[in-house]
Amino acid sequence: MAEVQIKPLTLNFGPQHPAAHGVLRMVLEMDGEIVERVDPHVGLLHRGTEKLIEHKTYLQALPYFDRLDYVSPMCQEHAFALAVEKLLGIEAPARGQYIRVLFSEITRILNHLLNTGAFIMDVGATTPMLWTFEQRDKLLEFYERVSGARFHAAYFRPGGVHQDLPPGLDADIAAFCDQFDAAIDDIETLVTNNRIFRQRTVDIGLVTAEQAMALGFSGPMLRGSNVPWDLRKSQPYEVYDELEFDVAVGKNGDCFDRYLLRIEEMKQSVHLIRQCLDKMPGGEVLNEDHKFTPPRRGDMKQSMESLIHHFKLYTEGVKVPEGDVYACVEAPKGEFGVFLVSDGSSKPYKCKIRAPGFAHLAAMDELSKGHQLADTVAILGSMDVVFGEIDR
Amino acid sequence: MEELLEAVTGALGDRVLESVVHADQLTIRLSRETLTEDLTRLRNDSGCRFAVLLDVTAIDLPQRPERFDVVYILLSPFLNQRLRVKVAIDERTPIASATEIWPSANWFERETWDMYGIMFADHPDFRRILTDYGFSGHPLRKDFPLTGYSEVRYSEGDKRVVYEPVSLSQEFRSFDYASPWEGPGAAPLPGDEKASEEEEAA
Repeated sequence: MAEVQIKPLTLNFGPQHPAAHGVLRMVLEMDGEIVERVDPHVGLLHRGTEKLIEHKTYLQALPYFDRLDYVSPMCQEHAFALAVEKLLGIEAPARGQYIRVLFSEITRILNHLLNTGAFIMDVGATTPMLWTFEQRDKLLEFYERVSGARFHAAYFRPGGVHQDLPPGLDADIAAFCDQFDAAIDDIETLVTNNRIFRQRTVDIGLVTAEQAMALGFSGPMLRGSNVPWDLRKSQPYEVYDELEFDVAVGKNGDCFDRYLLRIEEMKQSVHLIRQCLDKMPGGEVLNEDHKFTPPRRGDMKQSMESLIHHFKLYTEGVKVPEGDVYACVEAPKGEFGVFLVSDGSSKPYKCKIRAPGFAHLAAMDELSKGHQLADTVAILGSMDVVFGEIDR
Repeated sequence: MEELLEAVTGALGDRVLESVVHADQLTIRLSRETLTEDLTRLRNDSGCRFAVLLDVTAIDLPQRPERFDVVYILLSPFLNQRLRVKVAIDERTPIASATEIWPSANWFERETWDMYGIMFADHPDFRRILTDYGFSGHPLRKDFPLTGYSEVRYSEGDKRVVYEPVSLSQEFRSFDYASPWEGPGAAPLPGDEKASEEEEAA
């Protein structure tokens, strides 16, 4: 029989697909079951955040950051708060810094719980997703108690955090830590040595260290390829240099390594949370210079100056000195950066948001080439993409 | 910071047109004619080794003849250093693409084209990325209105999504909070001219 050349099949994946983690449309060129080219179409969730921020004062711009990567809101507020602080030349007080680290790590666990749960579900297991959501709900309760909102916290402000921890919260967080290790172990016994899970993830989506750097990867995607690069260690911000933790790295750079790495990072985060609770100093949580941060409610009833500060901060906002600055944090997904340009007014002249997921998704074509269709789902799951931050 | 600046000038010599250190961060300005060569050197030079391109973006400064500054945010994980590179460009001249040097530049440059309308020459896949299919205009330019030009809605009659010019029941309110009593560029208040006349007379 004569050999017949089959035309490559073009397959549309998404924008509504449970494994697309939101609104991703991918146009796949297939040779039978083998993927030849992936063309992700992003931007379906584009809300023009960067444009909107140019029209808001610095404080009004902050809540937009919760809405980018809605799985790890506080880490993104953190990057913006750090950028504004760098421009203003102020710092958060010690207690504020510890609270920030505490909640950054809670956010990391929140994010990794959702990602591992969703990733495992993408490759076929339903139960761990339910278990991770149970834990997530406990953490979201801490969010609610500290900021009043379960997701859109707007808690990290330039100069510190909005309010002090409510009484009793530290004990409850400690209690959460005590039961969390067992919960992680439960997931691990079910998944890590599972034959189907390994068949779906080992040697899928391989990235070498050189490739990962050239593609602009960061966070677990970079560490999974055996690059020990963690901003909390290499360029420590806040009080990370006073805390002790290990940076987990993967060996092969495949989907399975990235899963193991996220599990290990959650354990390290619990370790960090415990240290924060132990070492938490007393004192203020917000910078005391009320030219930049709002005064206390009680002071406003007594002092004319406080009232003036409050009025100026909530109408005109803080006037930020001219200059540009890039601030970044080790967000759960990788390096989340904010490039801020100030023209000396109370509104940012330009705000560029560097989302880690954007660079990761850009590599989808390179990672999926030669794999089967079902593997693209596993790769996508291990990338930990959230379209709030990619589309902005 | 001085060490990094020395390393960068060691690699690029007098091609560094300007260097600024602000908030402990180094920004250098390069010329667009030799950009590809210079960026390659920044990646390969043993004193720099900027192996990661974290982001490409632009700043729109409409008052300048070359209205855009393209900004490259670089990271050297080996030497634990960061660097920003700025290149001035106008809206008609294409700038050399960095995709050959860092593959990650691909989407970043597409985004910069989409948002600012800066053209990148020799880009392998030069399409819009974030905006809608068939969108026109470049939304992050300062002369693009915040509300945009068109809005979409589902038309029950046509049974499809339709595009219409934006109609707002209330105009976007941009408050000018700048205090008229502050700063050298403050607007003159009624009666100010009398004060200056009196000063001159005195």
